[in-house]
Amino acid sequence: MPVTLRIPSYLAVFAGGKSSFLLEGLPATVSAALESLWKDQPGLRDRILDEQGQVRPHINIFVGEDAIRFADGLATKVPADAEILIVPAVSGG
Amino acid sequence: MPAVRHISAKSGDVILLVGTMKGAFVLCSNRARKKWDVGGPYSIGSPVYAMAFDQRQGRRRLWWAQQSFRWGTVLCSSDDYGKTITEPETYSVKFPPESQLALKNIWQICLGRDDDADTMYCGVEPAALFESHDAGKTWSPVEGLLNHPHRPKWVPGGGGMCLHTILPDPANSKRMMIAISTAGAYRTDDGGATWQARNEGVRAEFLPEKYPEFGQCVHKIVCHPSRPERLFLQNHWGLYRSDDAGNSWKDIANGVPSDFGFCMAAHPHDPDTVYIVPIESDEYRCTPEGKLRVYRTRNAGASWEPMTRGLPQKDALETILRDSMATDTCDPAGIYFGTRSGKVYGSSDDGKSWRAIIEGLPPVVCVRAALVGNSGKNPPRRHGDTEKNKSGSKRFKAKKSSSRRPATGKARAGNARAAKR
Repeated sequence: MPVTLRIPSYLAVFAGGKSSFLLEGLPATVSAALESLWKDQPGLRDRILDEQGQVRPHINIFVGEDAIRFADGLATKVPADAEILIVPAVSGG
Repeated sequence: MPAVRHISAKSGDVILLVGTMKGAFVLCSNRARKKWDVGGPYSIGSPVYAMAFDQRQGRRRLWWAQQSFRWGTVLCSSDDYGKTITEPETYSVKFPPESQLALKNIWQICLGRDDDADTMYCGVEPAALFESHDAGKTWSPVEGLLNHPHRPKWVPGGGGMCLHTILPDPANSKRMMIAISTAGAYRTDDGGATWQARNEGVRAEFLPEKYPEFGQCVHKIVCHPSRPERLFLQNHWGLYRSDDAGNSWKDIANGVPSDFGFCMAAHPHDPDTVYIVPIESDEYRCTPEGKLRVYRTRNAGASWEPMTRGLPQKDALETILRDSMATDTCDPAGIYFGTRSGKVYGSSDDGKSWRAIIEGLPPVVCVRAALVGNSGKNPPRRHGDTEKNKSGSKRFKAKKSSSRRPATGKARAGNARAAKR
């Protein structure tokens, strides 16, 4: 089963209107999954990661139901049929 | 979401750019500057700390910095007053990987000299200066400042460690003054290769050593293009003037209710005239005595006079931030300022009288004004003592940086989102 990656609707405008992606191959980690995503959707990278390659502080990435910030960050392993969810954090003012 | 409106400005109109904590607005009036049409908001929901209007080479290009605590900070532009907006697919202002820095915000967008019409500068947080030589398509950090030996000792002010003031010397292509909170004023005389702290005489009230080489919390510096060696400085406590391009500073807080404040604006035609709004203390940070008073000097700081006609003089607990004051280039000049309570006031008579232009905006953090059709050429010089340096047509050329990307049209056109709003 391919890995599915979903992004918030705000970012869809930078991905040709798409908000869900089936990733080619079997990315072993979140980092690999994102690298696969950038190849087709380069406009998403700067909005999800900063220029040092870190996930922006008010963005949460989940593998299944697990937040990667409480796992191994971008090195978090991705099971074969996993769903990766990128969502804005509940913060602001 | 609020409905977005657009202005339609023609040559001879005055436009007012207002950046707020929830988006950007563009206001337009005829030369009378009594009635204003309101365009926006653009970048709805995003803090917009920096705006600029580039009219060089016939452009009519709005620039603003869209900050999102989620998605980062990106420079946006529009050539039709916001009807279509270019938000680059790939962010153009980015730190190089080896810097180990990440952009937090863009605090200042500054156009280059009139004879260098494709040059622009950005002041950012964490404190750094970026430059573009292709009219904003690609940007690079000025490495002489990025790698400054003082950097490890710079500390953030209340708003963050931001480079908020950029003053290219119109008469000396190698010279520029910048200011950082909290690091102070720095000047280059060699096109950005090296930078020297220029804070002699400026007090650092919050440090054990009151007059250090650097570390001052400068809030804003202004100068008049006809006399660039004369600078005025609003400090975190302290009001100063320099007559030697920042080599030394003299206290000019003569007759103001407080020498604390943020904003400062130079008169467009008179190099001796400057406007400020004093704020009562760095604890309270509101207008003294509940009176909203613009103070004006017409003698380079020898004395200041309150300008109050049309401004509330009771229960007006207002704060005006460092970039929330601006002047247009009309004669008589328009003077404008915005408040953290979402009001924008304007004067069309050099500050003699004021009126509220708009109220109910989100907190205002940036105000800029421009006369449409004025290419930005500097007014005639009134003083003959400015230093001139005509050598070198190109300056502030960045050293090669791994962050610089090819200046292809694709970066703007092909890779850009042009959203009709």
